[in-house]
Amino acid sequence: MAAEPVIIVGAGPAGTRAAQRLVSAGLHPVVVDENDRQGGQIYRRQPPGFHRSHKKLYGTEAGRARSLHDDFDALLPSIGYIPGTTVWGVSDEGLLTMRGSEVTILPFSAIIIASGATDRIMPLPGWTTPGVYSLGASQIALKAQACTIGRRPVFMGTGPLLYLVAWQYLQAGVKPAAVLDTSSLATRLRGLRGMAVRPRAVTNGLRYMAALARAGVPLRSGITPCRIEGQEAGVTAVIWQDAKGTLHRTACDSAGMGYGLRSETQLADLLKCEFIYDTRFSQWRPKTDPDGRSSRADVYLAGDGVILRGADAAEAAGKLAACALLQDRKIPVPGEEILGLRETLNTMTSFADGLAKAFPWPARLAAALPDDTVVCRCENVTAGDIRHAATAYDSPEINRAKALARPGMGRCQGRMCGLAATEILAAARGEPVASAGRIRTAAPLKPLPLDCKVTS
Amino acid sequence: MPALFCRVDETDRQPIRLFVDGKEIEALEGDTLLVAVLSNADRLRKNEFDNKPRAGFCLMGACQDCWIWTEDGRELRACSTQAEDGMRIMTGEVPWLLNR
Amino acid sequence: MKTYLREPARADVIVVGGGLMGAATAFFLRTHGLSVILLERDLVGQAASGTNFGNVRRQGRYLPQLPLSNRSRDIWGRLPELIGEDAEFLPNGHIRVTTRPEDGERLEQYARDCKPYGLDLTIMTGDQARKMFPMVGPDITTVSYSPHDGHANPRLAAPAFGRAARRAGALVVERCEVTAISKDASDFVVEAANGGRYIAPMLQISGGAWGRWMAKSFGEDVPMAPQAPQMGVTEPLPYRIAPVIGSASGVTEEVVYLRQVKRGNIIFGGGRRGTADLVTKRARLDPMNTLRQMPCLARLVPAVSQLRVIRTWSGVEGYVEDSLPVMGASPTVSGLFYAFGFCGHGFQLGPAVGATMAELIATGSTDIPLDPFRMSRFTQDAATGPAATATRQT
Repeated sequence: MAAEPVIIVGAGPAGTRAAQRLVSAGLHPVVVDENDRQGGQIYRRQPPGFHRSHKKLYGTEAGRARSLHDDFDALLPSIGYIPGTTVWGVSDEGLLTMRGSEVTILPFSAIIIASGATDRIMPLPGWTTPGVYSLGASQIALKAQACTIGRRPVFMGTGPLLYLVAWQYLQAGVKPAAVLDTSSLATRLRGLRGMAVRPRAVTNGLRYMAALARAGVPLRSGITPCRIEGQEAGVTAVIWQDAKGTLHRTACDSAGMGYGLRSETQLADLLKCEFIYDTRFSQWRPKTDPDGRSSRADVYLAGDGVILRGADAAEAAGKLAACALLQDRKIPVPGEEILGLRETLNTMTSFADGLAKAFPWPARLAAALPDDTVVCRCENVTAGDIRHAATAYDSPEINRAKALARPGMGRCQGRMCGLAATEILAAARGEPVASAGRIRTAAPLKPLPLDCKVTS
Repeated sequence: MPALFCRVDETDRQPIRLFVDGKEIEALEGDTLLVAVLSNADRLRKNEFDNKPRAGFCLMGACQDCWIWTEDGRELRACSTQAEDGMRIMTGEVPWLLNR
Repeated sequence: MKTYLREPARADVIVVGGGLMGAATAFFLRTHGLSVILLERDLVGQAASGTNFGNVRRQGRYLPQLPLSNRSRDIWGRLPELIGEDAEFLPNGHIRVTTRPEDGERLEQYARDCKPYGLDLTIMTGDQARKMFPMVGPDITTVSYSPHDGHANPRLAAPAFGRAARRAGALVVERCEVTAISKDASDFVVEAANGGRYIAPMLQISGGAWGRWMAKSFGEDVPMAPQAPQMGVTEPLPYRIAPVIGSASGVTEEVVYLRQVKRGNIIFGGGRRGTADLVTKRARLDPMNTLRQMPCLARLVPAVSQLRVIRTWSGVEGYVEDSLPVMGASPTVSGLFYAFGFCGHGFQLGPAVGATMAELIATGSTDIPLDPFRMSRFTQDAATGPAATATRQT
C-alpha cells in the first residue's frame, strides 16, 4: 500500500462523492479545494452569517445540496481537508499548492481530479464593459452573496443555465430584461429525445421558461448576439438579431452570458494526461476510460472537469472514479456497484448528448466577430489580431497564434478565450477546429506571488 | 459613483467600512471584496493595455479579471477574497514600488 | 503545409533546421543571390529560438566571440530595414550586477579585456548604479553597464526572419521532418517524412540541440547534451525597467536575470536548468526552480516581489561540452556547414550567425573569426584545442 495519500482536487459533487467512497473503503484521502467552503459551484455554500434556507438557495435541488453538504461534513474526521487552497503546479515531490503567499508541497500516491467547469464564452463587442458577467457569475452573485449583477439584466447565450439563472433572478425580485438564446426552437426539439431519459430535468427547465414567460420576460430563440452597448463603466443595451435578421435593441443595465460549460482541464494537462477531442462538446478533454482512469496510472478524473454531464452525473462519476482507484489497488468493490454507477452515467450521458444537441455551441459566431472585438480579455487581443496570426503569419494551430499574437497569454491562460480564439483561427484558415489544437497549460495554473514561501 | 451590484437579501449583516480610492464605503460582513466594492462602485480595476475599467467576469477565480491592489501594495483577487473592515483598495494606479 | 514532391526540389543551398540560425542564414543567402531551401521539422523558431530569455547581450561573452556578437548587434539595430520588423528589439542597455567582491573584480577585469574588441562597459558601484537604475536592490555592490545591449522578443525574431526569407524567394518548408541526409558525388540529398526530397550542392546543419544527430550522419560528433532553461513571466506592470538586469554571481543558483517588456510584463530566467529530451522534444520546467528563482530575482530588483508569476516555460537547448557553438565548414565533407549548439547564448548572435554563414557559404570566407567554433576541435585536434569556457548567459 502506498504511503502517500490519495489527493482529491475539488470539493464539489464529484470530489465529495469520491472522498466518501474512499473513506468507506478505509482510506484517508486529502481533499484540496480552491473555495473556502465545500460544495463546488452548483452547491456552493453561502458564507457564515447568511441565513437563507437550502430551499431558497437550491430550489428543486435542495435535497441533493443538503445531502452533499452534510455527507461531506460527516467525512471531516476521516479526511484531510484543505480549503481555500489552489493547486498551481506539479513537481517530482508532489502537487504544489498556494494559499495566499504560502506554498505547500503535497505528496500523493494518486490524484482524483474533480476540478469542475466554468462557463464557455463566446466573446462579442462590448463584453469587457463592467456589468457583463458570465452566467455562472450571475448565479454565484445571487447564491453566495445575495446580490444581483444589476437591476435589469439580459441573459444571453445558450443552455439550460440561461433559464435557471433568469428564473432565480426573477424569484429574487429582479426581472430580466430578456432571455436571448442562440439555439432555435427547432434545434432544441432535436435534442429532446436524448434529454427525455431525465424527464424531471426537462420538466424543471420547461417550468422555468413558463414562469419567465408568465412574468412577461421576453424569451427569444435562434438569435444572433451583435454587441453590448455601454458607457465607460456600465451596460446600457444588448443589440441582437432575430432569426429573420431584424436588429433589436434591448435596454438593460447588465448582462449575463454563457454557452454551456468548459471543463477545467489544466491540472490534467500539467500532469501530462493524454487528451482527445470530444466532438459532442466541441472541446478537448483528458482521455478516460468509462470509470475515470486517465492515460496516467495514478490520475483519475470525475465530474464536469472531464465530461460535461452536470452535477448529478458528477456525484456518480466521483464515486465511480474512487471505485476504479480501489479496484486498481486490489481493494474489493462490489461488481454491481460499478455496473450501477456506469448505468447511471450512461443515462446522464444520453441526457448530456441531448443537451449538447439542443443547445449547441454556436461556433459560427466566432467567424462573424468583427475584427476589433476583444477576444482575450487579459491581453486585449482582438479577433483581427488572431486572424492576422492565422493567415498572414500562417499559424496552423492556436499555440503558434498565441506565440505571435498573445491570445491566452495573460493571467487566465486562455480559460475564458481559448475555445473561441481557436474557433476564430480555424475559421480564418478554413480548417476544422480540432486541427487547430488547444492552448497548452503552464504552471502556475493561477497567478503565483513572487514573495511566496514554501512551508511543509 | 453608481453601484453595479444590487443587494436582494441577507442585508441584516454587520456593516464594515472599506476605502476605495480614498473614499469610504460601507459593505457587509461576509461580502467578498468584489461585492463590497461593486455594491458601491462601478469598477474594480483598469485593464493594463486599454486602460478601460473592468469589474470582474466569472466570480469563481477562473478569469483573473478582478485582481485589485491595496494601498500598501498587496494584490488580491477580489472574487475570492473576504472583505475586511478597514481595507484600503485602489482601482486606478498600481501602488508598485517602482511607480512611486 | 504538406508538400508531396514527385520531383525533388533543388537549390544552391539546403538549410536543415529553421531556428533563428537557420532562418537568418536562409534570409542572408538570398541577399547573396543563392537559391535556398529551408527545412523545419515543426514551425520556424518554435524550439530554443522561440523560448529563450531574449537577451541581446554582448557583455560577459567569451571574448573571441565578440566580433560575431558586435556584428549581430549592428544587425539587430537594422532589422526593420532588413526584414521589415523589429522583433521588439529594445537597445536600452544591459547591466550585470553582483553582491560579492570577487564577482565585482571579475566584472572589472572583463571590462578591461573586452575594450580591445570595441565593447565599452561602465563599471559602477552599487550607489552609483542606483542613481541611474533606481530599481536595483540595496545589496548590489558592483554593476557593469553595457549601454547598447538590450533585449528582443524571441517568439517573433525567428519567424520574422523566416517570413523575410520566404519573401526574398527562399523555399521555406515547415512541418517537414528530415529523415535522412546523405551526399553523393556532388550533391546533398535530404529526405523528409512528408515524402519530399531536396537536393543541393551545399547544406547547412542548424538543428539546434538536434544538430549533433544530423552531424553524425557525416561521421562528425560533438560532445553535447540538451538542457531546459527555466523561464517565467509576471503580470504586466507600468514600464519602469529599461535595461536587462542579470546577476554576475559565480553561484549557479543565483545567476538569474530579468527584463521588462514595453507591455509591462517582466520576463525572467536563470538558475538551475531542467532536463530536456530530444526524442519527445519535451523540455521540463520544474516549478521548484521557479520558486528558487524568486528570492534571487528579488535581490536584483526588490520591487518584483510584489508581483505575481503568470506563466512559466522552457525549451530544448543544446549545450556543447566546452560551452561554445559549432560553426563553420565541415573539416571532412565539402559543401557541408554547421551552425548549432549555441549553449543557451545564441539568441543575440542569431542575425550575425545568419549573415556570417551566408557569407562563408556564398564567398568561401568571412572576416569574422570562427576558428574557436570549428567542428574539428572535437574531430581532429581535440587535444590541442583552446581551453575555452564561455561565461554563462546572464
